[in-house]
Amino acid sequence: MGLENVIAEALPEVLTTRLDSLINWARKSSLWPATFGLACCAIEMMNATTSRNDLARFGAEVFRASPRQADVMIVSGRVSRKMAPVLRRIYDQMPEPKWVISMGACATSGGVFDNYAIVQGVDKIVPVDVYIPGCPPRPEMLIHAVMMLQDKVMKESVRDRRDIPEEEAREAVVPGTLPVTDGSTARQNTLPESRPYTIASRHERRRSS
Amino acid sequence: MQEQPSVSETTPSPLVTALQHEHPEWIGEVIYAFGETTIIVPREHLVAACSFLKTWPEGHFNFLADICGADRGVEEEPRFEVNYHLFSTTKYHRVRLKVLLNEEDTHVPSVTGVWKTANWHERETFDMFGVIFDGHPDLRRILLPDDWQGHALRKDFPLRGYEPYSLK
Amino acid sequence: MSSATIPPQFEIVDQPLDTQMTISMGPQHPSTHGVLRLELVLDGEMVVKATPDIGYLHTGMEKLFEYKKYQQGIVITDRMDYLNPLGNNLAYVMAGEKLLGLEIPERAQVIRVLMCELQRIASHLVWLGTHALDIGAMTVFFYCFREREKIMNLIEAASGGRLTPSYFRIGGLMMDLPAGFEHRCKQFLDHFLKAVDEFHTLLSGNRIFQRRTQGIGKISAEDAIDWGLSGPCLRGSGINLDIRRANPYSGYENYDFEVPTEPDGDVWARYMVRMRELKESHKIATQALARLQPGPVKADAPKVVLPDREAMKSHMDALIHHFLIVAEGFDVPAGEVYQPIEASKGELGVYMKSDGGPKPNRVHFRGPSFVNLSALPVMSEGEMVADIVAIIGSLDVVLGEIDR
Repeated sequence: MGLENVIAEALPEVLTTRLDSLINWARKSSLWPATFGLACCAIEMMNATTSRNDLARFGAEVFRASPRQADVMIVSGRVSRKMAPVLRRIYDQMPEPKWVISMGACATSGGVFDNYAIVQGVDKIVPVDVYIPGCPPRPEMLIHAVMMLQDKVMKESVRDRRDIPEEEAREAVVPGTLPVTDGSTARQNTLPESRPYTIASRHERRRSS
Repeated sequence: MQEQPSVSETTPSPLVTALQHEHPEWIGEVIYAFGETTIIVPREHLVAACSFLKTWPEGHFNFLADICGADRGVEEEPRFEVNYHLFSTTKYHRVRLKVLLNEEDTHVPSVTGVWKTANWHERETFDMFGVIFDGHPDLRRILLPDDWQGHALRKDFPLRGYEPYSLK
Repeated sequence: MSSATIPPQFEIVDQPLDTQMTISMGPQHPSTHGVLRLELVLDGEMVVKATPDIGYLHTGMEKLFEYKKYQQGIVITDRMDYLNPLGNNLAYVMAGEKLLGLEIPERAQVIRVLMCELQRIASHLVWLGTHALDIGAMTVFFYCFREREKIMNLIEAASGGRLTPSYFRIGGLMMDLPAGFEHRCKQFLDHFLKAVDEFHTLLSGNRIFQRRTQGIGKISAEDAIDWGLSGPCLRGSGINLDIRRANPYSGYENYDFEVPTEPDGDVWARYMVRMRELKESHKIATQALARLQPGPVKADAPKVVLPDREAMKSHMDALIHHFLIVAEGFDVPAGEVYQPIEASKGELGVYMKSDGGPKPNRVHFRGPSFVNLSALPVMSEGEMVADIVAIIGSLDVVLGEIDR
């Protein structure tokens, strides 16, 4: 949004640690999902918002119907070929910063349905940040995925998520890749190079140290 | 496992006997199996048979449960069949009408004039098999995308389709 | 001014001012209960024409069945109507049993009835929660899902899956109920009637809810039958038809329950039918629980039904049968059957055609939501746009079943 563009253009070499921490903390604590429930996983997503597993305590308070007001798109369910362009269009309408959680086996890789009608993984259409296996995953798994996404958000830099105009966005984001953070925050990633898409969560790091 | 009665060797049901008495030219063949009655109807008498069965006091088949197409196999003659599952809400009995079609001539008269629910069932059979229903008010694809090539449930359509999905 | 250019395929035609406009409701919409697209032609706020556009969740399940052995297909049926997976399982499994001519033991039949009625309650609870949520009553959503969690705990205890149990097999059940299940089920059933009364207190006397549902989306009895409606949609128009009474299966003729009907045919009538069905399902479930006797849960057909694990580990012939059933499948006699059951949404029919091999030749599911949705134009033409949401909710459509 506006602040990041101004900073990035005016002071490209400035280290933005404190600002990063503050903005990332604000972003991760109020990740508002866009309603994108497609099939059975959508029911488990609804279960994750109800009183037994309350997703709202992690910040995902409101599920926005309009993608223009949402931060994260939880693709829950199988994506058929007729639905795929619709999904891409909804993703394009979301303003930066935006993340995608691919919930369930069908969204991750086509699931049980290896046939003509289902896109074999939503990462062929949009870049995905967190994948959740399961058919359907338990609501607790969705909550864990949201927490993993929050850890991922904390590692980003403000300068990585500039709002760019729509045509540029459509060309820049090639399906199957992720927008890359250059690790410019003070908290360095201690990841092995061979696993670029897994972020050790706070719990796992504590266990190993 | 219990024995299944074989084709037309058991006593025919009173329904079929009465129907055979009234309109014998409508009945191509009758199959009794698994407790169900299947009547193979020639294509040209289909609409007449359906409207008769709907209003006939002994049958009163006022509910069309399902229209289901099937592909018998690429080398079979006739290749396609269309099954009409009829149900009576007053007498609670069921019957299946079957129409057999060759591969070259997949036209069937539409029964949307008899039961309005046939509309979507016939669209689905067209979408999946390519069976064309003459007289249907709006015959277009219903489940597959509108620009899809081919008919998905035919036996010669591969399971995984022809090409993987790409945004382009 | 935005610098976006309109792509060439959308050309602008100069037209005089018109009160009619065509809008597309969905496929991503909070109130369409899934990926349904409705093309509405509106004259101001009044709906002139409503055309459902489906296929956004088409999964090619019917083609998948032809490539999977009979037992493997049970897993796919869960994902069809994902609010009533045990009902889908039951219809598919009973069609297979009809082809094979199997006799199902008494305990398996009673457990099937019990689980199906619990599943019917769960499905109606989701309907109630989402219908009320669309109309504006958010609290009911949380109350319904709280009750539903208890049912899902029970189903998970029996089968291992909350939403996709695959609990039934051709020839009986996957395995017997776990210890303590009957006690927990009884606890749930004892409490459930009070919960239904709570829902009534929240909604039925609420004048706003009544104004939004009474007189809306009417369909007459003749139209309902002609359009193939079934289940609560048909019973809301006054027709007393329930497959559990008309073509009884799995021992339903031995249970004592009423079939609720309402004469009006509007959204309120369908709401009242489903609320009364909650109580009737509770009645059937209580009777089934009382009727449980110890016994086998799988049919006596060693070539079709997997043997118990203990028998498989200790007896050679059981091991061989297990191996053959899993690796090669069992041959089903050639023929075709149509097996209808009363699912929570209406008449769910399975047409299964076998050519004598281990995989079916054709499996077709007559989904009740598919047919119920085709009557949406009849119910909604002439209504206001705000009422479309109430009508879709009252039809209780599940897109997984429509698009298969």
